Amino acid sequence: MSNLIETFAGVPPGSKLGEAMKMRAEILRLSEAAHDAVLLPRDPGGLSHALRAALAARMCRHVGNADLAGHYDAYLAHSGDLDVAPLAHPDGRSGEPRLDAVARHADVLTTAPREATRQDIERLKTAGVSEPDIVRLAELAAFVNYQLRVIAGLKILKGVQ
Amino acid sequence: MSEPIHHFTAKVPTWSPYVTPVDLATATPEQLKAMKVTPSNTGFSPYVLTLAHDPESLEVRSPLFNLIMYGKDGLSSAERELGAVAASVVNRCVYCAAVHASRFLGITRRTEVIDAIFADERDARLPPRDQALFDFATGLSTTPVEIDPDHAKALTDAGLSELEQLDLVLSAALFGWANRLMHTLGEPLAR
Repeated sequence: MSNLIETFAGVPPGSKLGEAMKMRAEILRLSEAAHDAVLLPRDPGGLSHALRAALAARMCRHVGNADLAGHYDAYLAHSGDLDVAPLAHPDGRSGEPRLDAVARHADVLTTAPREATRQDIERLKTAGVSEPDIVRLAELAAFVNYQLRVIAGLKILKGVQ
Repeated sequence: MSEPIHHFTAKVPTWSPYVTPVDLATATPEQLKAMKVTPSNTGFSPYVLTLAHDPESLEVRSPLFNLIMYGKDGLSSAERELGAVAASVVNRCVYCAAVHASRFLGITRRTEVIDAIFADERDARLPPRDQALFDFATGLSTTPVEIDPDHAKALTDAGLSELEQLDLVLSAALFGWANRLMHTLGEPLAR
């Protein structure tokens, strides 16, 4: 059974790059486990599974991967949570201050992590985001950006084989 | 009180979180398990104690990190460290850049490579193989991603096998992950 990185990178299994990926099967397996830990955690804290799916889709749109955004849109649709659905799009807002602060910070984490400062964390706290949720949000954004970049790298590499 | 560091350096700073780390005395069983706390293993960095707020992620991240950075075959350790430094420069994670530049230097002693990267960042001029690796890894680290087929062809021309190319993608992408934790949840302080 193929995992998300394999599915969305689309590297032909018989190619040299496909063979290299087989040698890194354990890394790809753990990457999938990391996906499950940030998208579908047993303890989601203050970041519901639906919110996590919406934010992940938003990050994919920032980085320009519509296919992977579609994967997270499907998680969001499955949740049936209409309140967070607007957050799946880069300019979308929910109208709820805590959620909009979370979405704004997801944007910083994705598009300009180099600009992040202590003030960004203070803004989250002021908006009512708990400290554990601040860490959970960073892990979600960090993982999705990793996943997006592994896929982007593989797609370029397979194109020149 | 130590001062925050905002410039790139190969001298490894300490790291101070913006959020309150987990207190070992009140940690949940799941947090203790994710940190691998045992009677003989109770000393943890502020970074690990901060990430323990999300034990499910922490538990899977550590083995993944070790496999990507310290795997035995494929891309050399020094070149994995170069991929990590490249991402850390784009994301301006001064702490990560320092740790991985110092590891690169520990293996290679090539100070001129790190000096050029820290002085000129993405404009650094390096020997051809280093340049191909560095440009691919920095281009993969921006938002949106800025790599094209010429970047990939440069890796092949520099003699990287498919497995080495894959390892470079993984190490640079992994630091897109690590930088987003380390640089956004705390700051480096002078020792």
